[in-house]
Amino acid sequence: MTVSDSPITIAGKDYSSRLIVGSGKYKDFQENLDALVASGAEMITVAIRRVNLGQNKGEPSLLEVISPEKYTILPNTAGCYDAADAVRTCRMARELLDGHKLVKLEVLGDQKTLYPNVTETLIAAEELVKDGFDVMVYTSDDPLIAKRLEEIGCVAVMPLGAPIGSGLGIRNPYNIRMILENAKVPIIVDAGVGTASDAAIAMELGCHGVLMNTAIAEAKNPVLMASAMKKAVQAGREAYLAGRMPRRLYASASSPVDGTFFN
Amino acid sequence: MKVKVNGDELELKEGATLIDLLETLSLGQAKVAIELNQSIVPRSQHASQQLSANDSIEIVHAIGGG
Repeated sequence: MTVSDSPITIAGKDYSSRLIVGSGKYKDFQENLDALVASGAEMITVAIRRVNLGQNKGEPSLLEVISPEKYTILPNTAGCYDAADAVRTCRMARELLDGHKLVKLEVLGDQKTLYPNVTETLIAAEELVKDGFDVMVYTSDDPLIAKRLEEIGCVAVMPLGAPIGSGLGIRNPYNIRMILENAKVPIIVDAGVGTASDAAIAMELGCHGVLMNTAIAEAKNPVLMASAMKKAVQAGREAYLAGRMPRRLYASASSPVDGTFFN
Repeated sequence: MKVKVNGDELELKEGATLIDLLETLSLGQAKVAIELNQSIVPRSQHASQQLSANDSIEIVHAIGGG
């Protein structure tokens, strides 16, 4: 009997960890790196932003602390509200990372919900795939849109569990299940996880991975939470592979009912 | 000549290249990507790419994000 899991393959590369983490909201690079190591993640998101001119000269940059040789860097398009800005950001990321093709596409709808702007996301996804990018795409939990993004050629579809940074958990597990039933590419819950059990629930549903940032970075002890998330993702995955028992309304005795000596 | 770098005006000598600009900004060794008037200039061309007055330059890098 096997208790080992197969790796998750994204854009032709195998990853033994099914947890992807972010690099935002940490106190400093060192805390970010410590959490990354504790999480066991092999992929980490970054944002692309203007260099602060004349400030922080000589300070190390994020990519000097978190090595692109050791970790898969996943540049995101956070902060983009239309397809054109998102495509432009991905092209800058590709130049920055020496031809790196893997990107996390997210086109946002408004600042309050950070809900994805799905129509712009579809436009950007088409253009990026045509331009040779491997696109991991953040989207709503709409099964039809998820399928459409897969058909466009995205290498992973990443529905939200709840709004970005909300920590509300997997609010619509039935939609996630519908997305999973039809999927031929990895489905990764991106956004909404608040604590370890949320990550386990996503994996128990059959998701191929989980991406999170705030749940770790905003924990009182981010490094300990990173370790908890590593275990939760593994536990959820193993429970999914093991196949849970059926739910019953009434009890079912665990000890034999025959052979008691007291009658 | 005046150019715009990340939204701010900057005075450069005539005929300056992108490398000159990066050195002026103490970014000579930094891992950055550059757009000149919304077109990416590959790193291999930073040394040869001359700037003109009123050029708009964006210099970006990777920072923490989710």
